[in-house]
Amino acid sequence: MGMAAAESQFHVLAVDDSVIDRKLIERLLKTSSYQVTTVDSGSKALQFLGLYEEEGDQQTNPPQTPCVSPTNNHHQEVEVNLVITDYCMPGMTGYDLLKKIKESSSLRNIPVVIMSSENVPSRISRCLEEGAEEFFLKPVRLSDLNRLKPHIMKTKIKGQQNLEKLEEESEETQFQSPPPTLPLQEQQQLQQPPQSQPQQQQQEQQTPSNNKRKAMEEGLSPDRTRPRYNGIATLV
Amino acid sequence: MEVGQMQRSLVDYTKSLFLEGVLDGQFLQLQQLQDETNPDFVAEVVSLFFEDSQRLLNDLTRTLDQPNVDFKIVDAHVHQLKGSSSSIGAQRVKNSCIAFRNSCEAQNIEGCMRCLQQVKQEYFLAKNKLETLFRLEQQIVAAGGSIPIMELSF
Repeated sequence: MGMAAAESQFHVLAVDDSVIDRKLIERLLKTSSYQVTTVDSGSKALQFLGLYEEEGDQQTNPPQTPCVSPTNNHHQEVEVNLVITDYCMPGMTGYDLLKKIKESSSLRNIPVVIMSSENVPSRISRCLEEGAEEFFLKPVRLSDLNRLKPHIMKTKIKGQQNLEKLEEESEETQFQSPPPTLPLQEQQQLQQPPQSQPQQQQQEQQTPSNNKRKAMEEGLSPDRTRPRYNGIATLV
Repeated sequence: MEVGQMQRSLVDYTKSLFLEGVLDGQFLQLQQLQDETNPDFVAEVVSLFFEDSQRLLNDLTRTLDQPNVDFKIVDAHVHQLKGSSSSIGAQRVKNSCIAFRNSCEAQNIEGCMRCLQQVKQEYFLAKNKLETLFRLEQQIVAAGGSIPIMELSF
């Protein structure tokens, strides 16, 4: 299991009006083991991301066509972990696309990287100010792509915080559960008194996630939490 | 000609393209992206470049022939040509595009005409040389040889 296997789960949406550059960025990303979708304009990118867009009334008018609906369902079907876009495109520029993504509550967490053939400092800072993660000078090289992964990981962690909480809880139940061969009733019985658990499982309780749970349990006991809650209440 | 000799002449020919400035390091980047899963990647990208450039050069010729030249349109075309030549590593085409854009910014019609001739010249030079390069590669493959990997660094 190398890096390649892990990265192939990540999906990058590449936006460039030049067919040559689309082919190049697609190959660069695939060589780095990303899943890639390429589109030739900013508006097609927004469509792919599931953001309904029509001049004037994006917000007020609900979508008429289901294929470009802004619902979360659509977005999750084709999860995009990063958008990499050319800056200079006819119609919607890469900067416009960046702004649209950062203005959308459903898309704003997707990291955006801008590419440009021109080294214009004011352009670079404008993009970074608007929330772009990186600015690549074209032609993009393989070595540039090493800078993508940290941004994807950061967003993954942010987006999964809630999920992780749930996973932690379920993991803990797994730790306490006896081997799956036992019938359900027996499992439940064993879970009740912690003292009756086998030695091995008590050792597992020393792992960080279980310590956290322990702390949580302590926190939940009324005697200890009351003063803490009071403290918070006075602060607020 | 035996394979070894063909391989040596391919290496020499490729080197000459770098020494003459026809190609730059970006072309090696393209070659790095070519592997068994994409054996024709470089040729495919370069042929897209030929199509794209031909279209842009025709458009530029037409635009500069108008009685009132729209320099914005000229600049947009040259910008695209500069981008694609830079993406495949056609260095001399790219450099002549930079000069072209300067003339365009100065709204210098004679300068633009001269630059267009220069860009065309550099484009056809790059096209001929790249076609020769691919032909040499095909001959080696047809003779059962493998394409030697260039060890140039930039």
